[in-house]
Amino acid sequence: MAAFESLTNRLQNVFSKLRSKGKVTEEDLNEAMREVRLALLEADVNFKVVKDFIAKVKEKALGLDVSKSFTPGMVVIDIVNKEMTELMGGTQSKLAKANKPPTVIMMVGLQGAGKTTTTGKLAKLLQKSNHKPLLVACDIYRPAAIKQLQVLGEQINAPVFSMGDQTSPVEIAKAGLQHAKENQNDYVIFDTAGRLHIDEALMEELKQIHQNVKPDEVLLVVDAMTGQDAVNVAQSFHEQLELTGVVLTKLDGDTRGGAALSVKAVTGKPIKFAAMGEKIDALEPFHPDRMASRILGMGDMLSLIEKAQANIDADKAAEMERKMRTAEFTFDDFLEQMAQIRNLGPLDQLMDMLPGMNKMKGNMKDMKVDEKQINRVEAIVRSMTKAEKQKPELLNHSRRKRVAAGSGTSITEVNRLIKQFEDMRKMMKQFSSMMGPKGPKGGMKGLKGMLGKGGKGFKFPF
Amino acid sequence: MSFFKKLKESIASKTEAVTTIFKEGLTKTRVALVEKVEELITRRKKIDEEFYEELEEILIGADVGVNTVMTLIDELRAEVKKRKIEQAAELQPILSEKLIGLLKGEQNPGLQMAKSGITVILFVGVNGVGKTTTIGKLAHKFKSEGKSVMMAAGDTFRAAAIEQLEVWGERVGVDVIKQQSGSDPAAVMFDAVQAAKQRGVDVLLCDTAGRLQNKTNLMEELNKIFRVIQREIPDAPHEVLLVLDATTGQNALSQAKLFGEKSGVTGLVLTKLDGTAKGGIVIAIRNELNLPVKLVGLGEKMTDLQEFDSEQFVHALFSGLIQREEEQSETN
Repeated sequence: MAAFESLTNRLQNVFSKLRSKGKVTEEDLNEAMREVRLALLEADVNFKVVKDFIAKVKEKALGLDVSKSFTPGMVVIDIVNKEMTELMGGTQSKLAKANKPPTVIMMVGLQGAGKTTTTGKLAKLLQKSNHKPLLVACDIYRPAAIKQLQVLGEQINAPVFSMGDQTSPVEIAKAGLQHAKENQNDYVIFDTAGRLHIDEALMEELKQIHQNVKPDEVLLVVDAMTGQDAVNVAQSFHEQLELTGVVLTKLDGDTRGGAALSVKAVTGKPIKFAAMGEKIDALEPFHPDRMASRILGMGDMLSLIEKAQANIDADKAAEMERKMRTAEFTFDDFLEQMAQIRNLGPLDQLMDMLPGMNKMKGNMKDMKVDEKQINRVEAIVRSMTKAEKQKPELLNHSRRKRVAAGSGTSITEVNRLIKQFEDMRKMMKQFSSMMGPKGPKGGMKGLKGMLGKGGKGFKFPF
Repeated sequence: MSFFKKLKESIASKTEAVTTIFKEGLTKTRVALVEKVEELITRRKKIDEEFYEELEEILIGADVGVNTVMTLIDELRAEVKKRKIEQAAELQPILSEKLIGLLKGEQNPGLQMAKSGITVILFVGVNGVGKTTTIGKLAHKFKSEGKSVMMAAGDTFRAAAIEQLEVWGERVGVDVIKQQSGSDPAAVMFDAVQAAKQRGVDVLLCDTAGRLQNKTNLMEELNKIFRVIQREIPDAPHEVLLVLDATTGQNALSQAKLFGEKSGVTGLVLTKLDGTAKGGIVIAIRNELNLPVKLVGLGEKMTDLQEFDSEQFVHALFSGLIQREEEQSETN
C-alpha cells in the first residue's frame, strides 16, 4: 500500500533532521517513537500492545544513549527489531508429545481462519516425521466441513474419523479419541467448528470437548490479516481453553501481520507454525526474527536466503561465480541461472520478500513481474544455436532475424536482450576487477563507476 | 431540526425488524467506539495531548484505520484551535458530526439488477471471509422475494467447497451448477450462464475460490472468469462483490484495491460484523476507497444478511446519543 513507508526510511527522516543539530534530545526520541508507533499500528498490532512495546523500546533507547551514535535511526531500528523478536518468542515449533500416545491436538479459532485446512497441513507435517495422525471432524455446523476434512485426509492418505453432522461434537470427540487408541494412531487432531469468541454456547461446547479429550496441545488458528480484534479473540480463547500455541495462517498474503505480535503479547503462548500457501505442505515453522522484519516492513530477506540455499546447487553456484569473475558468462549460463531463480518459486512471491519491494509494487503498477516475459526471454535464448550461445558476438542481423522468427518474438526484443546481456557482462567484469584476487584496491572507483552505470544503463532482462 | 431527529424520522419509515437487526448486530461496535468516546469525554474534561492520544487509540482500536484516524484528529485539532474550545464536552458534537460525515457518504445504491433478463452477481475475496455462506444467504433472500435463483460452484479448488454450496442449494431450494473439483472455474461459469439462460432464471450467483490478492496468477484467473461471463451476457456481471471479513485489519484496504483492479469490484459485502467491535472498518473503507458497502452480515441466521443502509448504520451506532437528545428535548 502506498501509505506504507518502511520504518527505516521514516526513522532516517526523523534523525536526518536532527543530524544538523548534532544532538539527539529526548524530544527527538519521542518523535522517533511516534514513527515506530505508527508503523506498528499500520501493521495492525493492537494499540495496547503497541503502547507497552513503545515504552519498553524507549527505555532501552535512553539507556543506550542513542544520541552518541552516528546513525541513531539504525540504532533505534535495531532495538525495535530485537525487542520485537524477543517478544514474539524463541523459535519453538515443536509440538508437545504425550508420554502415552496418542498425543491429542485441538484446533480452535474464528470462522474462516483456516482451521480445517491447517488440520490437514499439520497432519501432513506429522506424517513427514513418520507419525500416524488421525483427523477427527468435529465441525458439524458449517455445510460440508466434514467433507472438506475427508477430502484433505484422502489427499494425504490420513484416516478421518467422523460421525456425520447429527451427533454432538463432544460425543464425536470422545469416540474419535477411542478410535485413535484402538487403531494405534500416535496423534489425534480435532478439527472444531469456527466460532465467535463471544458465542457462549459454542465456547461451552469447546470446553466440554477439552475436558473429555484432555488435549496436549490447544492451537489457536489465527488469520494473519486480523486487525485490532486479534487481542480480544486470543484473550477469550485463552481464558476459556488455556491455549498452548498459535498457528498463523494466510501469511503468504501481503499483510504485515501485526496480529502475530498482539496474540503473542496477550497469551504468552508461542506461535508454533505459519501457513504460507495453498498447498498441503505449506506449513512452516514460525520465525520470530523474520516476522519482526515483516511487521516493520523491512522485507523477509532471511526467508529468501534460506530458500535460495535450499534450492541452488552450491557447486553450480561456485562455478557460476568463477565464470562471472572471468567474464566467461555465456547465454548457456544465463539460461541455467534463470532456471535456478525460477526454482525458488513464483517471482512475485520472491519480490515480496525483498525489503522495500512492497512499497515499490504499490507505487508502480507495472512492477508486476510477468512470468510470461521470462518465458519469452527463454524462448529467444533457446532459439540460438550452440555456437551463438557460447559466442554472442556471432549474432549478426540475419542470425538475429532467425532467432526472432524461431522464438516467435520480434527482432527488437532479440536486440534488446542481447544488449542487456552485453551490459550484464560488462558489469560483471567491473565487479570482478573490484572483487578480484587483488582485493578491493581501487574498489571505490570501480563501485562508483558501477553505480553510475547501474543508475541508468543496466536493467535485468526481465 | 437536529440531525439526529431527522435521521430518526427517516428511519421510522423503515421496517422495525431491520432497525433491530442493525442495532443488535452493531452492539459491539457501539460499545467499543461511540460509548468509549463518550466515556473519554466525560472523564477527561480537558483537551490535551493525552486526550488526543486516547481518542486516537479508541478509533484505531475499532479498526477505523490509521490514515483516517490521523486525518480526523488533525481536523479536530484545527477545529479546536479555531473555535477556541477548551472543554472536551464541547468537542462531542463536532466529533459525532465528523464521524457521521465519514459514514454517511452518498446514498445507498443497493444491488444493481439487470433491467431485463438475468442478473449475474460475482463474488470474490480472500480465503475464509464467507463468500459461500453469503451466497447461500443471498439466495435465500432473493428466493423469498419470489425470484428464481441459480448458483454456480466456481470454487473448484478448496476441498469440499462445491459440496458446501450444494448443501446451501438444498437448504434454500436452488439449483447449483457445478463441475468436478479441480476443473476450470471459467468453464463452470460458462456452463452456469448457459443453464441460467435456458431455464430463464432471474438471478445467477457465482461463487469463486478464495485467493490472496497478491497472487498474480490467481487474480488473472478471476479476470478470465469475468471475461467469460461478460462475453455471454454483455452487461454482466451486474455486480462484482468483494466479500470482506470485518475482523480484517488494514489489509482490507489492500484487498479492496487489488481486487478492484483485477475483477472490477462494484461493491463490498462486510461479513461477521456482529461478532466484533470492528464496524470501524466501514469508516475506513468509506474514507479511503471509492467502493460502496452493499451488504452486511450481522449475524448467523439466514436473515441476518442485510442490505447496507448508512442511515440505519449511523442510527444503530449513535442510538445512545439519540436517545439522550430526545429526552432533553422532552424535558424542555
